[in-house]
Amino acid sequence: MQQDLEVDRVTKRYGPITVVDALSLSVAHGSFFSILGPSGCGKTTLLRMVAGFLAPDDGDVRIGGQSMRGVAPNRRPVNMVFQHLALFPMMTVGENVGYGLARRGLARGEIGSRVDAMLERVGLPGAQDKRIDQLSGGQKQRVAIARSLVLEPALLLLDEPLGALDLKLREHMKIELKQLQADFGTTFVYITHDQSEALVLSDHVAVMNAGRFEQVGTPQELYYRPRTPFVAGFVGANNRLAGSAARVDGDVVELVTADGLAVRALASGPIAVGDAVEAFVRPEVIDLARNAGELPPAAQRFSGRVGSLLFDGANSAVLVREEATRAEIRIALPQTGRFADLRADETVAFGFAAQRAVCFRAGGNGR
Amino acid sequence: MAARIATAPGASRSRLALLLLLAPALVWLVGLVVLPHLELAVLSLRARVAPRVYELSLNQYRTFVDEPLYWHTFVRTAVISILATACTLAIAFPAAWYIAKIARGRARSVLFVLCLIPFWVSETVRTLGWMILLRESGVLPRLLVDLGITPAPVEMLYHDATILVGLVYTSMLFMVVPLVSALESLDDSLIEAAYDLGGNGWSILRQIIVPHAAPGIAAGSIVVFMLTLGNYLTPTLLGGKNSLWFTEQIYTQFITRFNWEQGAAFGFLLLVLSTAIVWAGLKLTGQHFGAVMRRP
Repeated sequence: MQQDLEVDRVTKRYGPITVVDALSLSVAHGSFFSILGPSGCGKTTLLRMVAGFLAPDDGDVRIGGQSMRGVAPNRRPVNMVFQHLALFPMMTVGENVGYGLARRGLARGEIGSRVDAMLERVGLPGAQDKRIDQLSGGQKQRVAIARSLVLEPALLLLDEPLGALDLKLREHMKIELKQLQADFGTTFVYITHDQSEALVLSDHVAVMNAGRFEQVGTPQELYYRPRTPFVAGFVGANNRLAGSAARVDGDVVELVTADGLAVRALASGPIAVGDAVEAFVRPEVIDLARNAGELPPAAQRFSGRVGSLLFDGANSAVLVREEATRAEIRIALPQTGRFADLRADETVAFGFAAQRAVCFRAGGNGR
Repeated sequence: MAARIATAPGASRSRLALLLLLAPALVWLVGLVVLPHLELAVLSLRARVAPRVYELSLNQYRTFVDEPLYWHTFVRTAVISILATACTLAIAFPAAWYIAKIARGRARSVLFVLCLIPFWVSETVRTLGWMILLRESGVLPRLLVDLGITPAPVEMLYHDATILVGLVYTSMLFMVVPLVSALESLDDSLIEAAYDLGGNGWSILRQIIVPHAAPGIAAGSIVVFMLTLGNYLTPTLLGGKNSLWFTEQIYTQFITRFNWEQGAAFGFLLLVLSTAIVWAGLKLTGQHFGAVMRRP
């Protein structure tokens, strides 16, 4: 498959700090690729190097197979949707969308008809003469995307464009963005610190931390088979237990925390007895029961006391303190409503299969 | 309690407070602007027919039209003022851009202070400084001779260009300040977005930066134009006898000729001229006075 974007061992340093460290990635034509990372991980720097606002110290960016070394942003087949959209307030919607076409020297009539067609496609027909401040947040978003897509770029870069929207609109725009991308078939490279945006929208996600990619894969791979502790902790909610490896039994490690809680989890990478390790267990992997007999037979079993109930509709969870060690474990409540009457301080049993928890050697990156 | 504040005695008390707050400004406006101008209007519209006997007449205004020297000076003052405003804008814009967008932290305040420094000395001293630099036996002509550029010292004073230089120098700060505040509020990502969409330096300046900074540009230009048009010292000292500045004519009428009626008429004409030019300038650039004055 043709690669629309290839980043080849790109490095960017600011003084002694390496912000982007020999990163490589390739994005297939027509796919939705996200770079997910906490703020300050270097994702914006990477995006700006692709857009051409920054020059890499080392390495090369190729777009559609062409090296972009020394090519200015206004000559790259790439357009960017900015964090705060950067719509031109001094122009109408039509002038905003037509700006790039006018800069390419197209005839006025041609610009007009292309702008009309593009506004129609993003669901804003007839908005040409509106002022930017007359648009709602979602409409601005669509104008910003239309302004870039009307130029038919090989690649559309999006720099956390949903960050400024309120929660409800953000959920809505997520779906719209995905549909727009599917409609246009343009390759999208999207950066965000919001894992839900990355998981919902993307075909592939790169999890970035401290200038490097921790893991690149489909959202499902990142969620179910994290390869590093960072990914396990960053993508989705997770219970983290740190301790040392007391026993290694094939690919299952028994971890004992400082408080003495022993759990078994699947080892990721080589782990020896005595190693400092950390295990991650997802809240929805843990089964909850009022008495231990209801738990699946294969699960390792614990008992605990309900601490707090975190009701959040379908995402409801409960914080349980393990009986002996007082370790706090987050457990997702099943959506059957079976535990709707659960009260604080109730004694419960919980358990999970070792195969569904993952254990890494602490400090190392597990690779 | 809280509800009672909104009742009648409370409201009248707050109106009184407002009036008291506005009082200094009102006294200033009425006492120093409106009243003298009313007096000037009356003065300019009367003619002396006998000792202490006056009658209503347009004689003063007729003299202005009939005497070419007067309206030539009038037009010349307007043209040079517009030119000075344009020059100030051309020089101040890059400086303001640098202060607003490129300079950071300390460098920025230092640059601002540099713009302010000329105002620490009085206008007279500043203008005399220019005279010391530019007169025939001054610093610059001697330097040109020493460098072998001119065979003999050149008189650099008393040219229109000299007046222009002096006026631009005096006006700089009043252009830089509104420009900096206008440019500061311009989001850098707008410029990047325009560049990303294929714009180049010139088109971005024309389509993004100037439209954004337009109220600042208009505010600075109005202030500079008014100051220049009403300036007396700089054109008179740097232009010498040939300066032919309109404020000089007003001065002459009032002080030398003791013809207050004529001076008042000239004063009024200057007021009308400046208002007309500012209005025309705003109309030409599609700006609104209210919006412009709110901006900086």
